[in-house]
Amino acid sequence: MTSINPQNGFHQNSRHILEKHPSEDIQDKIVATILFGCALVSVLTTFGIVMIIFQVAFEFFQKVSFAQFFLDTKWTPLFAEQHFGIWPLINGTFLTTVIAMAVAIPLGLSSAIYLSEYAQPKVAAILRPAMELLAGIPTVVYGYFALLFVTPLLRNIIPLEIFNALSAGLMMGIMITPTVGSISLDAIRSVPRSLREGAYALGITKLESIFRVVLPAALSGIIASIILGISRAVGETMTVLIAAGQQPKLTVNFAESIETMTAYMAQISGGDSPRGSLNFQTLYAVGAVLFLITLILNIISYWISNRFKEKYE
Amino acid sequence: MATIYPRDDSHNSVVEFLDNVDKREKIGKIFEILFLLGLLIGLFVLALLLFDVLRDGLGRFLTPGFLTETPSRFPDQGGIRPAIVSSVLLGVVVILITVPIGVGAALYLEEYAPKTWWAAIIEINISNLAGVPSIVYGLLGLGVFNYLLGFGPTLISGALTLSLLSLPVIIVTAREAIRAVPDSLRYASYGLGVTKWQTLSNHVIPYAIPGIFTGVIISVSRAIGDAASLIVVGAVGFLTFNPGLFQRFMALPIQIYSYITRPEPGFANAAAATIIVLILLVLALNGLAIYIRQRFYH
Repeated sequence: MTSINPQNGFHQNSRHILEKHPSEDIQDKIVATILFGCALVSVLTTFGIVMIIFQVAFEFFQKVSFAQFFLDTKWTPLFAEQHFGIWPLINGTFLTTVIAMAVAIPLGLSSAIYLSEYAQPKVAAILRPAMELLAGIPTVVYGYFALLFVTPLLRNIIPLEIFNALSAGLMMGIMITPTVGSISLDAIRSVPRSLREGAYALGITKLESIFRVVLPAALSGIIASIILGISRAVGETMTVLIAAGQQPKLTVNFAESIETMTAYMAQISGGDSPRGSLNFQTLYAVGAVLFLITLILNIISYWISNRFKEKYE
Repeated sequence: MATIYPRDDSHNSVVEFLDNVDKREKIGKIFEILFLLGLLIGLFVLALLLFDVLRDGLGRFLTPGFLTETPSRFPDQGGIRPAIVSSVLLGVVVILITVPIGVGAALYLEEYAPKTWWAAIIEINISNLAGVPSIVYGLLGLGVFNYLLGFGPTLISGALTLSLLSLPVIIVTAREAIRAVPDSLRYASYGLGVTKWQTLSNHVIPYAIPGIFTGVIISVSRAIGDAASLIVVGAVGFLTFNPGLFQRFMALPIQIYSYITRPEPGFANAAAATIIVLILLVLALNGLAIYIRQRFYH
């Protein structure tokens, strides 16, 4: 952004009417300070998240050791016999995320390829917002649909528990499709025409140009979109809370009820767990793990899309 | 950048190459259909979802008093008025808080920020915040607004939490809108000898308003649909009065979640009926955003 500096000094020599009143300079400085304050809110938010989460998580780790948290394979903080192994929750998150991405990557990429390479511009102008509506549907609605429509439907075909990782994962995948699709679409569209035309000149078909020229050229943007999609899936709460259940288990069986990190957090919170109680602290300990995982994914995605952004003349 | 070098042996097999073209074009056609299918599957699921919700909920939605009464213990009685009032109130507070702060931050980053390391930090920070899960914002809200500031599990805590959640998106879209304002406008204004702030407030901001609006609407519609952060902050699933700023509160998605979790069968229909209200609200907001975009940008 080129900022324009009005302080050229030319007006000092011009007629009186064009001269700046000193109060206007002060006003400008005040405004700049206020606007800076607005920008600072975002930094304070991050600071707040880190301070609050890690402070309470720290209190948690004074009662529960790292070994109990990272080596135990059971998560039963609400039972009489307490175990604090985070792995069942990570396992549940991983399972639903894998299913979601198995849906979102092919659907998102084929949407992006179709909209960019095949669709008439007018058709694309209608279909793209239609696809993006998927991301605008509140996630609690996907939970409803997964539990009360998808699960009964799938149970006709395969034996599933009422709460299961599969339905939740499938719906999460549909929900994340526009995230992968939109960002990939922008990456694919920024591949210059000349590259495609060069490929055509070599006698290549449209499909071959897509797989051998366009997609490799747009790869960094595509990977960034996929990583961002994974981050969304890891952080998604309502769908898994409603449809995947609350049974922290170490399993790869998608037909069973599991529990994700987010579902556990939603399950035990409610504003009522008194501050300082162990329940309250587990919420923040799990939240810290979730925050770190999504933060790392977001940074990787940001880094890839900036670092490898193709520069075409 | 992936460079494609034509294989050197290609000219040796020109005849074979040409023979293959029909087959290769055919494969191309098949894939075109596959890509289209991939796009349509998502839209098909969306249609199915809307159909299912209407089928389950329309009857309940049309029950007299569904929009105007307070909830009942019985699935086929009462209404969702407190949830509607809560959501509208949350939306209004979110707009009041995020629009000035979001636009201010965007103006600062686009018009004032020097290219220094801390401007870069603010940039990276905002893009990271946009990816922080909603439920983590809930933890922040619970810690800061409920306990630190002592608001407790009240509507204002929920609204402030949703505001922080919405800010990054608003800042990003407002920046894009401000960036799209042509420099000629600024130069013309400066040419008349006015101050920077006069240029911004009289020319740049009015010009950018449609774009800023679009971002605000989209992010408010997300905030209205968000449940995870509000669950953590302490929204309740049952309320018999219209909440004030400093009272216990709910929201449409929370009402839906609360209906889904009840075992009696009729509550599923009540949930679907509430979903109709929420989706109508969200679609109306999205439609408005698309309309503004189409109307003011060509």
